[in-house]
Amino acid sequence: MNSLYKKIVTVLGMLILSVTAFAQDKCERVEMAEGLYQSGKIYVVVTVLSIIFTGIVGYLIMLDRKISKLEKEIKNK
Amino acid sequence: MKKNWWKIIAVLFVLYTIIAGFLFKVPAQPILHETIRNLYFHVPMWFSMMTILFVSLWHSIKGLSNSNIESDIVASQAAHTGMLVGALGLITGSLWAKYTWGAWWVADTKLNGAAITMLIYLAYFVLRGSIDEEQKRARIAAVYNIFAYVMLIVFLMILPRLSDSLHPGNGGNPGFNQYDLDSNMRLVFYPAVIGWILLTVWIFTLRVRLEKIKRKTLIDE
Repeated sequence: MNSLYKKIVTVLGMLILSVTAFAQDKCERVEMAEGLYQSGKIYVVVTVLSIIFTGIVGYLIMLDRKISKLEKEIKNK
Repeated sequence: MKKNWWKIIAVLFVLYTIIAGFLFKVPAQPILHETIRNLYFHVPMWFSMMTILFVSLWHSIKGLSNSNIESDIVASQAAHTGMLVGALGLITGSLWAKYTWGAWWVADTKLNGAAITMLIYLAYFVLRGSIDEEQKRARIAAVYNIFAYVMLIVFLMILPRLSDSLHPGNGGNPGFNQYDLDSNMRLVFYPAVIGWILLTVWIFTLRVRLEKIKRKTLIDE
């Protein structure tokens, strides 16, 4: 599951990245969270955030529907 | 469903921002390191605030020309939503500053300008809340709202550019040059801005609809 997810994200990323040519000169090495990416655990963070965001969107949709229902009720009064 | 297509775009764009914002390559910058990814989340808050407050301004002007109470409701709800995203922008900016500049808050023109802008809009709510008579409230609040937006432009767009600032995009340090935002980051940043703005507009429309229902039921009773 995890590897499939990784593959899909990688393929999507590659597809979009291939559109642009990027040239980065590596004269100075700046420390980035490479270890974090190598171990693959950044995907956990991405998934957690996606879940939270989906939850919030679900809540918004629920509110939206409730309000639509109220609007209809008022209209039919 | 046909009317809700833009809500779907909002959700998809923000979801894309969350995934691509963490996984795509970003330029390696000293001091910033991985926090450069905050750009996808902190900056769209301010874009959303400016947009939704412009909606507020628009309805205030409309309200002054047609004396319709409804415009006052729409304008005030837009301003409320603007304060929500503005507060999120301030908090995230403060956190980001702590880990890059070393302090939660620095006396910087951009930061203080943002804080003053929020206070100006808080005064709008106080002013609106203090007038009982509806027509009067709508008119005075609308006039003040126009003043508030002009102040926002001054404090967020003009003054920071006139003086030195730590914040990117100010004091002869333009925000959209190549080292701040390379072509990889644009791929995430632009959808992020659109997505967050649309999401903010969605929240705003919910607030307006709720407020209208509230008023209708109160009048009927």
